[in-house]
Amino acid sequence: MQLKHATLLAALMAAGFAHAQSQPVIGLITKTETNPFFVKMKEGATEAAKAKGAKLLSGAGKADGDNAGQVTAMENMIAAGAKTILITPSDSKAIIPAIKKAQEKGVQVIALDSPTDPAEATDALFATDNYKAGVLIGQYAKAALGGKPVKIATLDLFPGHPVGAQRHNGFLQGFGLQSFDAKNNELAKPAEVVCMADSFGDRAKGQTAMENCLQKNPDINLVYTINEPAAAGAFNALQKAGKDKGVMIVSVDGGCDGVKDVAAGKIAATSQQYPLKMAAMGVEAGVEYAKSGKKVKAGYTDTGVTLIASKPVAGVDSKDTKVGMDLCWGKK
Amino acid sequence: MDTLKSKLPPIGQLGPFIALLIACVIFGLTTDRFFSGENFSLILQQVMVVGVIAIGQTLIILTAGIDLSCGMIMALGSIVMTKFAADLGLPAPLAVLAGIGVTTLFGLLNGLLVTRVKLPPFIVTLGVFNIAFAITQLYSGSQTVTEVPGLMTWLGSTFPLGGSNVAYGTVLMILLYLGVWFWLRETPSGRHVYAVGNNPEATRLVGIPPERVILGVYALSGVFYGIASLLAVARTGVGDPNAGQTEALDAITAVVLGGTSLFGGRGVVLGSLIGAVVVGVLRNGLTLMGVSSVYQVLITGILVILAVTVDQLSRKGGR
Repeated sequence: MQLKHATLLAALMAAGFAHAQSQPVIGLITKTETNPFFVKMKEGATEAAKAKGAKLLSGAGKADGDNAGQVTAMENMIAAGAKTILITPSDSKAIIPAIKKAQEKGVQVIALDSPTDPAEATDALFATDNYKAGVLIGQYAKAALGGKPVKIATLDLFPGHPVGAQRHNGFLQGFGLQSFDAKNNELAKPAEVVCMADSFGDRAKGQTAMENCLQKNPDINLVYTINEPAAAGAFNALQKAGKDKGVMIVSVDGGCDGVKDVAAGKIAATSQQYPLKMAAMGVEAGVEYAKSGKKVKAGYTDTGVTLIASKPVAGVDSKDTKVGMDLCWGKK
Repeated sequence: MDTLKSKLPPIGQLGPFIALLIACVIFGLTTDRFFSGENFSLILQQVMVVGVIAIGQTLIILTAGIDLSCGMIMALGSIVMTKFAADLGLPAPLAVLAGIGVTTLFGLLNGLLVTRVKLPPFIVTLGVFNIAFAITQLYSGSQTVTEVPGLMTWLGSTFPLGGSNVAYGTVLMILLYLGVWFWLRETPSGRHVYAVGNNPEATRLVGIPPERVILGVYALSGVFYGIASLLAVARTGVGDPNAGQTEALDAITAVVLGGTSLFGGRGVVLGSLIGAVVVGVLRNGLTLMGVSSVYQVLITGILVILAVTVDQLSRKGGR
């Protein structure tokens, strides 16, 4: 009896151990814990992990640009048994040695949202095509303005960030102005761009940037913004200057607050991206790797971008704000 | 007190004015839109949040302290006032008072830890920086508060003055500066702030408990951070949980550019206003010139080093 008990216990323990072994562990490292974009990404990953029976560990840097925090999180997750790491690199270059170390231990590393530099350093990249996101709002603005002469202000991110350059240059490309290709990290400045200022993707700093641009050139009639908080700041500045009616703002992100601003007519159009999808695809790849040992298809997978506008224009495909609200991230 | 006044180096006070004048002349010569009432009104609006935070920061630095938590306390204050109004339905004036109450409590907390537990201000305010940030994020759910009552944004609205429009908030900022300047200069309690920063032991010997002065200064700074919270809400029209992350260093920059000594006991609060305006003028003027913002950062850095050097040299000269 005693013996039988012990065997049963051992069997149970073995089963439990086997179960722990077979449950895939996946780590998700975002740039920060607080940005709604990453909060949503984490939610998506948690849900996908639950559905697939995987265990999700999550971590983040303390602030955008905190590479050391991300490295620490990665080391801790590998120690906790993660076989796949999903990461939105804060510093596209500095993170690479840590990624290499992880890969040497047989860990699959997938970049979400932003590429590493070079992009081949990770096993795969699931991200928005930021250049295309810019092209779409550029095309929309061109069609909506119908050949009117333009004076453009660009409220960019901050110097040297590839996503900032891709959206900026894509927008100018889509508008049909002199621009650079998707690989160039410099911001193009054709004559039609009368003011360029950094918004840091922040509402208050976006407002300040727009105010200064209006001082430089009061006739600005088209504003490109790096994201929707910057766009909201720009609208605030235009409204205070009594110019909110005659100036068109275009943006990128598709957060729920941003889509609401599109519906309210503050933003004419925005390119919506999908953090939930990036996370879900990442978790799926992690589960597959844990079960079959097969790594995900190498290279870049576009997670899609949709143009959201309240007034469609001829020749440019867009979805209305109802669709945008259904698909948006953040608090609805 | 008279010997103390005579020790104040004129160069330390004139430095910020000179920097401001040089910047204005350069921008006036290179861009035709710089010299206008409208543009100056705008620059003042852009610096009013950091400007009012810098009043509190100046007081603390005069006592030879430092406050790294001011921006985060300001952000918490603006979340508290907007959420109390939007979620709890409190009337705007009460919600604003609640916000200022919270920032004052945080100032008091800084002060208690510095004076009672005798912890260095740098570490205390670094800890409170993190605590205030976390509470702001948790309480707001990292969501921007957009339903702000109209009364709360009144300070952001403008009235016509001499052909341009001036924001009520900038008038408030200037009044606060003048009030604190007068208080520090002309009242005994104001002079105690300088005395404590100069020589805490000597002040104790003449019967002024330095701890009480320092505690009062930290709490009073909390009041100014709360007013800055209201100005931030008035300017952007929302309660932004991601605000305040750079304001501490911006405010310290303004204070240092304004000629206040980081060693305590010396400085003029009006200098901090000039310091804040210098940073705003650089940002505005370089945008008008079409120059990248990296140069603004570069020039600010050089000016800070110059200001501290001037302070250090005049300290040696004065003793």
